[in-house]
Amino acid sequence: MEPQGGAQAANDGAMRDCRPLKNATSRKCNLADLRPRWYFRAFACTGERLLGADGRMPYNLTVNGKSYAVDVDGDIPLLWVLRDTIGLTGTKFGCGIAMCGACTVHVDGLPVRSCILPVAEAAEKPVTTIEAIGETPEGKKIQAAWLDIDVVQCGYCQSGQIMSATALLAANSQPTDADIDAVMAGNICRCGTYPRIRAAIKQAARG
Amino acid sequence: MSMFDRTNLALSRRSLLIGASLTGAGLVIGLRPQLAAAQSQTGAQPFAPNAFIRIPPEGKIAFVMPAVEMGQGIYTAVAMMLAEELEVGLDQVVLEHAPADPKQYANPLLGDQITGGSLSVRGVYEQMRKAGASGRIMLVSAAARDWGVSPDTLKAEAGQVVETGGSRKAAYGSLIAAAANEPVPQDVPLKSASSYRVIGKPARRLDSPEKVNGTAKFGIDARPDGVSYAAIAICPHFNGKLSAVDEKPALAVKGVKKVVRIEEAVAVVADNTGAARKGLAALQIDWDPGPGGSLAQAELERLMDQAIDGKALPHINEGDVAKAEAASGKVHEFIYRMPILTHSAMEPMNCTVHVRADGCDVWVGTQIMSRARQAAADVTGLPLEKVVVHNHLLGGGFGRRLDVDGIILATKIAKQVEGPVKVTWSREEDIRHDCYRYLNYSRVTATLGPDGLPLSWRHRVIGPSVMARWLPAFTKDGVDLDQMAGAETPYQIPNKQADFARQEAPDGMLTGNWRGVGATRNIPPVECGIDELAGIAGIDPLEYRRRLLPHKPRLLAALNLAAEKAGWATPLPKGKGRGIALAEDFGSFAAMIAEVSIGDDGKFKTDRIVCAVDCGQVINPDTVEAQIQSGVIYGLSAALYGRITVENGAVVEGNFDDAPVVRINETPPIEVHIVPSTEPPGGIGEVGTPGVAPSLVNAISAATGKRLRTWPIDQSDLRRV
Repeated sequence: MEPQGGAQAANDGAMRDCRPLKNATSRKCNLADLRPRWYFRAFACTGERLLGADGRMPYNLTVNGKSYAVDVDGDIPLLWVLRDTIGLTGTKFGCGIAMCGACTVHVDGLPVRSCILPVAEAAEKPVTTIEAIGETPEGKKIQAAWLDIDVVQCGYCQSGQIMSATALLAANSQPTDADIDAVMAGNICRCGTYPRIRAAIKQAARG
Repeated sequence: MSMFDRTNLALSRRSLLIGASLTGAGLVIGLRPQLAAAQSQTGAQPFAPNAFIRIPPEGKIAFVMPAVEMGQGIYTAVAMMLAEELEVGLDQVVLEHAPADPKQYANPLLGDQITGGSLSVRGVYEQMRKAGASGRIMLVSAAARDWGVSPDTLKAEAGQVVETGGSRKAAYGSLIAAAANEPVPQDVPLKSASSYRVIGKPARRLDSPEKVNGTAKFGIDARPDGVSYAAIAICPHFNGKLSAVDEKPALAVKGVKKVVRIEEAVAVVADNTGAARKGLAALQIDWDPGPGGSLAQAELERLMDQAIDGKALPHINEGDVAKAEAASGKVHEFIYRMPILTHSAMEPMNCTVHVRADGCDVWVGTQIMSRARQAAADVTGLPLEKVVVHNHLLGGGFGRRLDVDGIILATKIAKQVEGPVKVTWSREEDIRHDCYRYLNYSRVTATLGPDGLPLSWRHRVIGPSVMARWLPAFTKDGVDLDQMAGAETPYQIPNKQADFARQEAPDGMLTGNWRGVGATRNIPPVECGIDELAGIAGIDPLEYRRRLLPHKPRLLAALNLAAEKAGWATPLPKGKGRGIALAEDFGSFAAMIAEVSIGDDGKFKTDRIVCAVDCGQVINPDTVEAQIQSGVIYGLSAALYGRITVENGAVVEGNFDDAPVVRINETPPIEVHIVPSTEPPGGIGEVGTPGVAPSLVNAISAATGKRLRTWPIDQSDLRRV
């Protein structure tokens, strides 16, 4: 079965581009189409490359300053290694196709969607998750603003929101509304905490 | 009819059936559980004056939460109510999830341990304050007895009993052994609203810190010892079945332990969810689509259209609509069509289950604890008391977690797995196997009097009966009372008729409760219909509504406040428009005014939404603002994008790419204005949602002259006509 449109972009862009994917999906419906799309995005494009290279050995991960050797296939998304193998459940699963941002973590200081990032690509690089983002200056400011503005509702997406907002603030200490839109549009919140997210980012930027 | 009326109506009929659990809930206040009494005599165990309060010798007081937290802020609200009368600070408490125990934790209005219908605060407002007060009275009495003084000379504050005008004071923790021996007060006086020090004041949510630092535990975060992880493929076709699957490709994946087959699904169990998903994706699964396998959207819509003119069951009949229509020169008819909607909570469906020969544990976030427990008991065949449900925070509910289909599926899978197994649905499974808000159509037929005001209003509601399945007490003579909520309008119209034409979803397509329930079905047609009639009468839509609301002072006050804050009197430039929608339900009254602009290219933008709400006695004004904004944004997603379609007897859409929701860049400023009130509290989690779809459509009409009657709003070209 051939990968569908958008799959290559999803994987190639995982490290650099956290914006939501713009891919047109076919409305045509058959059984093949009903196969989960994360299959194509998360596995089909990278499987050969990664499995061929490192399939036998554990990967060395550095998460929040601690080292872990994880014995999983290289194409397993980092998300599941963090949550299930290492037990850091603060990072959340939302969509599996880099559309919602709930799984956002920082790799090498940059925000990535861990639901499509093969664990092999995170090996030997510093990974920071919600559990330790408060140890960075921007993360500390963002979390304080989140508490002060009382952003959260159900809270499920907030780890990802905070990771994205922290990355935004680290790259841009005085974000405009347009800057906030551009970066935070990658993170969905179904409770609709967006107005308070915007207010909290501005408050954090004020210091 | 408001939800409250419907609740009472249902309750009066239902109470015969559920008398035992209702009585149990009623007796909880002041009832000292035997276990707690025995423990407290040792002096080391917490004092439990009732099921909601545990006071340890030292450290924080535990409050047990009768409703579940899914974002709506109920944990903080319940804590505020308990703290108000127990006389403790919110910084002195910790919160605990209640176990599945409807005898202790049923919502008094629902008679069951359900969190939904915006009924939590309404249901427990008195119960929680009395629970707090009875605990306080027992502690004060214990101190009075110890010191040999009258309780009248003592007061309670900040977790201490203090002698008025004296020097003695005692922390609650030091009094617990004695308090446990005090008689349970029978008559519990409550503070007047004017002396509240916690209720009605802005309070930060008590669940914020853990949700900000990543330690909050949702159902999906449960990791019992020895847990394995499952990914699941459910037959995509309604009522379809598994035909065949070769498990070998999955078993070849590193970390995969097992492939589980059940009648309607295949699950791959592995040592992490990623491996399970990889294993599942490697399988070629043959499904038997069943008899509905060729069903398509056009057929579902055809059946709905056909039902518009079919048989209907009467619901409301006031005055003489037929006579008014016959006498009128012109009968106006509008048909409104609403799509199939998903809940799309951010936390995909999941459930962790451990089935053993002698018992079963379930880790899940659910809005319906007792049914969750029953579901696991039914699937395992174990007695109810052998099933333990560990409730968690919910990563969004919106009605999705009022159904237990996910718990049933996970338990079926867990029966074939050694040790606990966490079943996590993909987003695709979550969207393709929702308990959908099904197609909902409305036909509004109205006549106008010589003054341009409506003389008759006839409203046929076409849709499924969720309550027939979910809560039959909410039906009457075949009419789904939730489905009909508000169909008769809040407006003063001399002749009114509403009826229900039941049209179910195809077999096997689960339909359920969706945020705003009946109000989100009927307020759009009502508020668009009234707006259309105002247009025909040539009367300003604000003025039109005002004239029709002399008997609804609270709704009118909300409307007037919203109009003032939205600057209704100030004209907008060309290409912009404002639209009104009112919502009276859940014991609350909301008025919403949307402001939109349409560019020269026909592109649509929501500029601003102003909402005024009277929700009676406010518990936490911060939460009122947050919940109205939340409800508005939820409604905005539905109004702009919500549309699930069916092909080949299966749902087509599967993720946030083809079933999009509103993001931060599309969120307009949302102003919330609270009408001060000392009336009993109303619900706040849903009343913000139903007005969005109609206020946008009315605003688009004001800006362009185009009258839309189908949702989601077709944004392709809204150029002025």
